[in-house]
Amino acid sequence: MSKERIKIAPEMFDIMPEEYQDLVERATYGKDGRGWKDIGTSKELIEEHSLCAGCPESMAFRYILASLPAPEDTVMVGSTGCTSLVFPHVGVHNIHSLFGNQNAIASGLKRALSVRFPGQVKDVVVLAGDGATVDIGLDMTLQAWFRQEKFTTICFDNELYANTGGQESGLMQKGFVAKMAPVGKTFEKVKLPEIARESGCHYVVNCTVSKPNLVEKVIKNAIHVAREIGPTYLQLYTPCILEIGKNSMEGLQEMRDSEKPTERFAYKEYVSDEAKELLTELAAKEKERKAALKKQLADKQAAEKELAAKA
Amino acid sequence: MSTMYEVLPGPEHFLPPAAASMGVRLPDPGQAHIHGKIVNEDEAMEVAARQFLSAKVPTIFPGPLVLWAWNEKAAKKATAIRHLYETIKESVTPSQQAMLIPMPDYRPKYPKINPEIEINPNHPNLTIWHNKIDACMFVGVHCHQANLSLKIIRGGTYCYTIAMCAQAGHEDAMVSFRDATADKIMKLADWVKKLKGSVEPPKD
Repeated sequence: MSKERIKIAPEMFDIMPEEYQDLVERATYGKDGRGWKDIGTSKELIEEHSLCAGCPESMAFRYILASLPAPEDTVMVGSTGCTSLVFPHVGVHNIHSLFGNQNAIASGLKRALSVRFPGQVKDVVVLAGDGATVDIGLDMTLQAWFRQEKFTTICFDNELYANTGGQESGLMQKGFVAKMAPVGKTFEKVKLPEIARESGCHYVVNCTVSKPNLVEKVIKNAIHVAREIGPTYLQLYTPCILEIGKNSMEGLQEMRDSEKPTERFAYKEYVSDEAKELLTELAAKEKERKAALKKQLADKQAAEKELAAKA
Repeated sequence: MSTMYEVLPGPEHFLPPAAASMGVRLPDPGQAHIHGKIVNEDEAMEVAARQFLSAKVPTIFPGPLVLWAWNEKAAKKATAIRHLYETIKESVTPSQQAMLIPMPDYRPKYPKINPEIEINPNHPNLTIWHNKIDACMFVGVHCHQANLSLKIIRGGTYCYTIAMCAQAGHEDAMVSFRDATADKIMKLADWVKKLKGSVEPPKD
């Protein structure tokens, strides 16, 4: 599995651009327990991105890619927006859908993969902005959840249409004035996490991407639950610093401010009973794996010490 | 059609017509086409070899089907392509510069590709212009992406295009082979070796 699948023809290796050489030599594919701490070790985890400097979406993108449990067996479905500028840099299969169609495409894709590769793990992850998820694609988003399609939907919520200059979106907060919405929003932010729960999602989280550990945990949980049980939904706050009048270095603070207990991105989680059972089981296995690794390391160190003492 | 449309080096114009729409047909097995005219494969081999030897920057563009060793046939083709490149390099004069530039990916790359080290089907003209390539051969590129590249190159550059296609060939190339195998690529290398010294190098 993993890296054994992707080999450059030896005669062509020297002429391949270095990101492809790196992909086959240093990619984190197949590594047990891969996570956000692997960022910076491999070009496949978006060494360079094409977003604005300091964009929180670029952080979120990296954390997500690093946290996919099986990147070589994952297909990501994207939609129109800033995310579509990053996908060409991503070392994971991806499909760009028509604006708003992402959950319909992911439904068909997931079913086709199950037929084509029976018994094999194939994860499908939708990654779209709030316009695609909540406004233009709401029908497709909800129908996929009603049908209990087994894939994860991630919404990068920046609370407006940032890519086109700042129009009002359903997830924009009430009263917010944007560059192309000068009157200010007159109704409340759509409560999609609550709608997701009522629509049959088994794991729902609403949070910011200020804490990489947390993002890693929720991504892994969401994908495992979608794989085994049914639809999952993550709403991640990735503010557009340009559209809300912040500087490059202020994105992180904006997220920290928005995740305080009384704020709209205070951590919210819903886990169905079935999902709880699965996650407990997975946590126990992970604990065992870590304990085994620790023991293996201790044994190795002891053996080395013994050898040194003999020498 | 009384006068046959000829697939010739451009720049033709911004949107050159698809050669197929102008009546150019694909060759049958054992055949090839030169400028849209169906010929015997050997005849096309000689023309392709002469183009490589007379160009200032003869270049091979291998695509994903041969860059990645996804099966035994692909690995053999990669070996043959490298051999062809080395043969061209040895057969041209020091004023000529043979190149081997990969097309590793079909996705449009933002903000832009590096034309020195790769070619992209969405704007192949950038690599052609940057390296002043005047003769090139595509091999191991999926049909649709090859067609796209060949049309853009014909539309905006003066580069002579050759397609070494593993399927039925390409109308939009100036010379197109079909049913490409490692042996066929080696045969083209033999033609280059055979014609070495007999083709006039380009004038500065």
